[in-house]
Amino acid sequence: MIKKPTLDAKIPEGPISEKWTNHKFNMKLVNPANKRKHEVIVVGTGLAGASAAASLGELGYKVKSFCIQDSPRRAHSVAAQGGINAAKNYQNDGDSVYRLFYDTVKGGDFRAREANVHRLAEVSNSIIDQCVAQGVPFAREYGGTLSNRSFGGAQVSRTFYARGQTGQQLLLGAYGALMRQVDAGTVELFTRREMLDVVIVDGKARGIIVRNLVSGELEEYAADAVLLCTGGYSTVFYLSTNAVNCNATAAWRCYKKGAHFANPCFTQIHPTCIPRFGETQSKLTLMSESLRNDGRVWVPKKKKDDRKPIDIPEEERDYYLETKYPAFGNLVPRDIASRNAEEVCVQGRGVGPTGYAVYLDFADAINRLGKDVIAARYGNLFAMYHEITGDDPYETPMMIYPAPHYTMGGLWVDYNLMTTIDGLFALGEANFSDHGANRLGASALMQGLADGYFVIPYTLGNYLATEKPAPVNTNAPEFTEARKQVSQGIKDLMNIKGKTTADEIHRQLGDIMIEKVGMSRSEEGLKEALEEIPKIRKKFYEDLCIPGDTKDYNKELEKAARVADFLELGELMARDALERKESCGGHYRVESQDEEGEAKRDDENFCHGAVWAFQGPDKVPERLIEELHYEHVIPSNRSYK
Amino acid sequence: MKVNLKIWRQAGPDAPGKLVDYSVENIDPSQSFLEMLDTLNEQLVKSGQEPVAFESDCREGICGNCGLVINGIAHGSKGGCTTCEIRMRQYNDGDTITVEPFRAKAFTLIKDLVVNRSAFDRIMSKGGYVAMNAGSAQDANLQPIHQDAAEAAMDAAACIGCGACVAACPNASASLFVGAKVSQYTWLPQGQVERSTRALKMVKQMDSEGFGDCSNHAECEAVCPKEISIANISRMRREFTKALFTR
Repeated sequence: MIKKPTLDAKIPEGPISEKWTNHKFNMKLVNPANKRKHEVIVVGTGLAGASAAASLGELGYKVKSFCIQDSPRRAHSVAAQGGINAAKNYQNDGDSVYRLFYDTVKGGDFRAREANVHRLAEVSNSIIDQCVAQGVPFAREYGGTLSNRSFGGAQVSRTFYARGQTGQQLLLGAYGALMRQVDAGTVELFTRREMLDVVIVDGKARGIIVRNLVSGELEEYAADAVLLCTGGYSTVFYLSTNAVNCNATAAWRCYKKGAHFANPCFTQIHPTCIPRFGETQSKLTLMSESLRNDGRVWVPKKKKDDRKPIDIPEEERDYYLETKYPAFGNLVPRDIASRNAEEVCVQGRGVGPTGYAVYLDFADAINRLGKDVIAARYGNLFAMYHEITGDDPYETPMMIYPAPHYTMGGLWVDYNLMTTIDGLFALGEANFSDHGANRLGASALMQGLADGYFVIPYTLGNYLATEKPAPVNTNAPEFTEARKQVSQGIKDLMNIKGKTTADEIHRQLGDIMIEKVGMSRSEEGLKEALEEIPKIRKKFYEDLCIPGDTKDYNKELEKAARVADFLELGELMARDALERKESCGGHYRVESQDEEGEAKRDDENFCHGAVWAFQGPDKVPERLIEELHYEHVIPSNRSYK
Repeated sequence: MKVNLKIWRQAGPDAPGKLVDYSVENIDPSQSFLEMLDTLNEQLVKSGQEPVAFESDCREGICGNCGLVINGIAHGSKGGCTTCEIRMRQYNDGDTITVEPFRAKAFTLIKDLVVNRSAFDRIMSKGGYVAMNAGSAQDANLQPIHQDAAEAAMDAAACIGCGACVAACPNASASLFVGAKVSQYTWLPQGQVERSTRALKMVKQMDSEGFGDCSNHAECEAVCPKEISIANISRMRREFTKALFTR
């Protein structure tokens, strides 16, 4: 393979545990009196965006904060249930910054950047301190100290949680801090605005074009730097655990302006979700992973066995995870659980009306522990399942199926969280740097807040102090030009006047994505996807139908613009998956498996981040690489047998 | 199954509004209420009509974005859930369902079923936080908090800011919303320094936004998807009164 020149991640010199400390000292500072002269745009108000905007406001920068919802508090971070990791070692069970670092690099299947992950582990403890000081009501022991639990197969208890609402409570903390800055006048809030382009002046990101989602007017804003905190792209699959308005548009438009996109094929499919019931479904509901602690996963041994689960005798059931992975059983990592569920369903042994579901059976646990114990552990989840499906899990096994949940890929950033466009930064799920090919449970919240509270306040200051951006305002011709382009793009969509809705197209794309670029990917399937996606895109531009007016609250127009971007992103995901001829983490290539059918990584050829550079419409993007070096966590095989 | 709908349509804040009849057929009982509205909208779009504007995001009861008055009750008659958590199996074939927006003086209407709840943000900006800059926190375990207190704080903190309490209240009061936030911090050692000013400033902002006062109807508690208790309102009143005299 011909190796392309590698991108410079600007990782500081020195021993890994001193890199961040030294870097903080070596970076330039902005004089306190000068901070208010710098304007910063923060797009998105989830954990990364709200914490960044609040922290920068506290430092004295002039911040403009944008979100698509009616309030910053509604960003999708609220939906995270499980918890947030930190290396506090409050349980005296052997945890440390180094262990959290080690687990995260290994969990990411050796495709994350060591230096970034170490920094993440280092600041994890400050996040917990920060959130507790904000009044986040974490769970506590009788003695009043913080509670921890083990999460996602970790061997130490390092996860902090606030009932099933950890994301909501952490976001309320960050949102409170943000609103405090709004009151103080350092942050100006722009709700119901969707970013549709980044404006580049003299090679640097200097502003954004947004659509006001109420009036429909386009608005432009200038600044010295732009922070993209716009989340992931799981909704490219149409059905996912993400909120229905989650989208990739802001990140994608930046990609088309020169911000490279890294590892788009690294997506996480969560194993325990409520299965799809039909065509009109709008989302898949996640059931907590903790259910696998007591539930046993099985399918009938016989194909197309339509007996009720209770009528299928023990010897005719296949507890496939327990037989295949005796050491971990039902608790194998997310990617393995998901892939095996898909495999048995493809074999025709799936259950439920669609045949795409497996049983998660609590009968043994109820017999062993009693209904009361199970109710105490999972009562709310059982009630939620009962409500959604109409089935009572105390009486009949649950049915579950994997669903797209998180995207490890995202805009490429260097150690300072800056993309390949100067002055454009990406934080949280929108970037690619910390989770490699697979994210561990309770690590997403940690990363979002680490980036916002404790990384960007330093690295942004260094950028501004070094670059000293020249004054710019929205009268600059670059703003006029960008606005014209966005406006034309909207007009073009409105003028198609066809018969197909944006959702219909999105569902067609989603079907291809989940089937061919989902849990297991083959060369053949990926090549088919690369042929089929452009066909759907063609249909979109020929037959899209958007009612109403552009200068109005128009949900169909919002959806259409997002689907247009998904139709391009989906293709890049397929291309990336095709080029990465190895299996690693959430990316499983059927051609790359060992004798036992397990994922086989290829460190010799693929120990790198794949970084895609846009080359123009209808041109194949260029695949650059960032070489990854492992000095501390030596790549080994993940084995769960 | 099939349902008949009477949906509030209003092109904008100053346009006249009215209930319009629709019907949706072939409903799967597993569909959520909002998915049923999606189906209606897809029909409308395909027949060249404007879809019904309504809001939703997470569709799992946590973001607080959705909120409809269904047959006269905010978030519907089931209780303890948001609009997006309602499933169609709760209804019978042929039912007629009336769908209206969350109405309140402080929630101006944007379009059809979409209202502006920014007043909540402005109330929060006056004290819905502990004033603490990033980086200045002490170790998280330095200050033990009684488990009961932490749980009580969590009960209050569970508010998702949907505004159902306001829509249900005959006075369109935001007392449950503000009470929950004020109460959360009374249980915790954090933020005690600002305790008085928080109560005074948040209540003052609530009044200035045009929300009414509480007169103990308890409709808010009945519709709250997170089942937040009106005890939080009495707690807020106590805090407010105490603050008036001790400040």
